[in-house]
Amino acid sequence: MRHQHGGKRMAQPQPEHLRGDRYYSPPVDIVEKGDEILLIADVPGTKSEDIDIQFEDGMLTVHAKVNPRYPEGVEFLQQEYGVGDYLRTFQVSEAIDASKISAEYENGVLTLHLPKAASLRRRKIEVTAKG
Amino acid sequence: MAVPPFGPPSLDQLRREVDRLFNNFLSELPEAGLGLTSRNRIPVNVWETPEAFVVEAEVPGVTTDQVDISVVGSELTLRVNRPQPANEGVTYHRRERQTGECSRVIRLPGEFDVDRIQADLQNGVLTITLPKAETVRPRKIQVNVR
Repeated sequence: MRHQHGGKRMAQPQPEHLRGDRYYSPPVDIVEKGDEILLIADVPGTKSEDIDIQFEDGMLTVHAKVNPRYPEGVEFLQQEYGVGDYLRTFQVSEAIDASKISAEYENGVLTLHLPKAASLRRRKIEVTAKG
Repeated sequence: MAVPPFGPPSLDQLRREVDRLFNNFLSELPEAGLGLTSRNRIPVNVWETPEAFVVEAEVPGVTTDQVDISVVGSELTLRVNRPQPANEGVTYHRRERQTGECSRVIRLPGEFDVDRIQADLQNGVLTITLPKAETVRPRKIQVNVR
């Protein structure tokens, strides 16, 4: 699996997308575990119903909407990060069973389960003893 | 101030000096390439309302028992322990998320009421509200018309 956006969480203008706002590229872990690949993304401040995951032509796109949460006209004493929607696209080279992709969101972390297609799964071949 | 000894510096001195420079340089980079010094840090946003100071930190993957908040004087210390994911039988293809322990001290510019500090953790966002002490709160003075 290859990622397309930078690893750090930086503003990534994507004018062709939606409202032309700034997007943040969430940090991710990509983990292979048995028959599935896990994509774990830090997307704090969003809600499960505001996360949109699309898989098409081997491209996996995660978009999470983040509602503004600061009082209007706020003046920061210290501002070390920005708040806005998350967007990141991955090219999935492995054969993934797209119909079985599932996702959960907990404590600001999105976990995507990408099951490997049956052809790629490790199969144990039984050896039968002969006579 | 230490007075440098006269004569050429020894190799050892030189190395110490370079080490010191290197350390200083590294520690000043907010996002050093390999994350040697900055892998674990807690970025915060701090703002002020008429009633309170608010400190916010994004701490994805953390539950309330993995957050420790303490106050001494006007300093707020925030300690977060991000769980280490299980490593057995897994292969990492990419590892960008922070794990482990990190802490942060935030100095607030005014007095606050320690007994009424509130902390709220929701969807990986920690919000700490520190109500201002009565003495620093803006007060509206009523002008009586006679």
